[in-house]
Amino acid sequence: MKYSIFSLARAALSGHKNWQRTWRDASPKGRYDVVIIGGGGHGLATAWFLASEFGIRNVAVLEKGWIGSGNAGRNTTIIRSNYGLPGNTGFYELSMRLWERMEQDLNYNAMVSQRGVINLYHSDAQRDAYARRGNTMRINGIDAELLDLAAVKKMMPFLNFDNARFPVQGGLLQRRGGTARHDAVVWGYAHAASELGVDIIQNCEVTGFTRDANGKVTGVETSRGRIGAGKVGMAVAGSTSRVAAMAGLRLPIESHVLQAFVSEAIKPLLPNVMTFGAGHFYVSQSDKGGLVFGGDIDGYNSYAQRGNLPVMEDVCEGGMALIPMIGRVRLLRQWGGIMDMSMDGTPIIDKSPVEGLYLNAGWCYGGFKATPGSGLVFAHLLARDESHQEAARFRLDRFQRGAMIDEKGQGAQPNLH
Amino acid sequence: MRIVCPFCGERELGEFTYLGDAKPQRPAPVAGEDAVYEYVYLRDNIAGSMSEHWYHGGGCRAWLKVTRNTLTHEISAVAPAAGAGAAKVGA
Ligand SMILES: Cc1cc2nc3c(=O)[nH]c(=O)nc-3n(C[C@H](O)[C@H](O)[C@H](O)COP(=O)(O)OP(=O)(O)OC[C@H]3O[C@@H](n4cnc5c(N)ncnc54)[C@H](O)[C@@H]3O)c2cc1C
Ligand SMILES: [Zn+2]
Repeated sequence: MKYSIFSLARAALSGHKNWQRTWRDASPKGRYDVVIIGGGGHGLATAWFLASEFGIRNVAVLEKGWIGSGNAGRNTTIIRSNYGLPGNTGFYELSMRLWERMEQDLNYNAMVSQRGVINLYHSDAQRDAYARRGNTMRINGIDAELLDLAAVKKMMPFLNFDNARFPVQGGLLQRRGGTARHDAVVWGYAHAASELGVDIIQNCEVTGFTRDANGKVTGVETSRGRIGAGKVGMAVAGSTSRVAAMAGLRLPIESHVLQAFVSEAIKPLLPNVMTFGAGHFYVSQSDKGGLVFGGDIDGYNSYAQRGNLPVMEDVCEGGMALIPMIGRVRLLRQWGGIMDMSMDGTPIIDKSPVEGLYLNAGWCYGGFKATPGSGLVFAHLLARDESHQEAARFRLDRFQRGAMIDEKGQGAQPNLH
Repeated sequence: MRIVCPFCGERELGEFTYLGDAKPQRPAPVAGEDAVYEYVYLRDNIAGSMSEHWYHGGGCRAWLKVTRNTLTHEISAVAPAAGAGAAKVGA
């Protein structure tokens, strides 16, 4: 179905009781040209780009739970393209441009809100680093503005400007950054992909791979039977190591938990997305009024989908240091998601060493903003068997070649970045 | 999560720092680049019982070997890691 002012009016006149299901809940066929494992934002976006951009429509997305039950539905919804290293800069801007036209492309309201992302700085050295990053962005055609203290005070008068230890000195602002409604992104891609013939199959867990005599992957074993495939793409976020192990692969990835927090709803306070440069704290306000915030990963391997208290305390301390008044707001909800932490903090989009199996992995805590870009470049790889030019540095062998992309400059350890 | 340090007793998680999987062994200098690549970057990333290194920086400052279930956070064993900490208890 197509959404328009008329479909909205029609639905309103019938008391909003006749909205149709937006995508088909398909059952598996025997074989597909491409099987995507994982019905998160990345898997569904890949399927949509395969169908819409590359004309490959005999595609299935297999999801062990329900679509969006993974990190696609657990993140803090921040989108931005303020990266400084070659590889990242171009890729995240490609993704940002796709966010800007996503709703038209998908005919779905994903509530993309370009309210701005500001990273505050608190020292001369940090200002210089942000100035450099902003310049890198602008050289690459990405918007960036370095704000001084007066400009930040005008924009966010409620910050703690009297903090002797971490005085706010200014910030790097990307006005085109912001947030998007994470569930709507999943549903939008599912809606649009399904319209083009893609089968979205829920409650279908991949439990193994079928291989031919040469070791090439020929399909998958699932909780709903065997499904043949010309090619298999993995987009399983925090489960990458476990699924890859079924094909005998060991990867430069660890699974870690990241927590998120939401406060009770308050009147509009935050004009944008804001990060505290002296600690690790980022916050935005949802359209319902809740403050949505987070900080560091818990710092040790975990598949438990729940966090621990020290990080919660640390995040709340960061929030209090920056916006003292949030100490009066009650915390409503907290949860954790399992993320694929790559060893340099950067994704891996590549053919795997096993023929017929393709990797889309290692998105760490920043993969939501990558959703449309990831879908496009992964579809490109699956369709053409070569990397998209904006993903050419995200190869698996970069660790062996010494060509890591360590945006934070912290070294080969997931709990450092 | 709380860790029972063999030297200090039961302490809260905030006192400890995580290093990671205790399994990878530093290869000999002559082992070649592939061995170093494996050691530095590749991980089993186990879903289940895993043996890992933790540092008790907020206490005795010893390195510990902790056996923990990554699916439940349940800790089944804590022992001094080989080296300085282990020497203290003669392990
Ligand atoms: C608390 C938190 C906050 C975050 N905040 C942000 C943010 O503000 N901005 C940002 O850019 N990023 C953020 N991220 C990161 C981002 O959410 C992830 O990097 C991104 O969502 C990963 O891609 P995905 O959406 O496809 O993954 P997922 O939605 O996790 O999709 C993977 C899917 O694979 C399925 N699956 C796994 N194994 C199998 C199997 N064997 N068979 C079938 N299906 C399987 C899972 O059920 C899951 O649905 C955050 C993450 C967390 C946890
Ligand atoms: Zn101790």
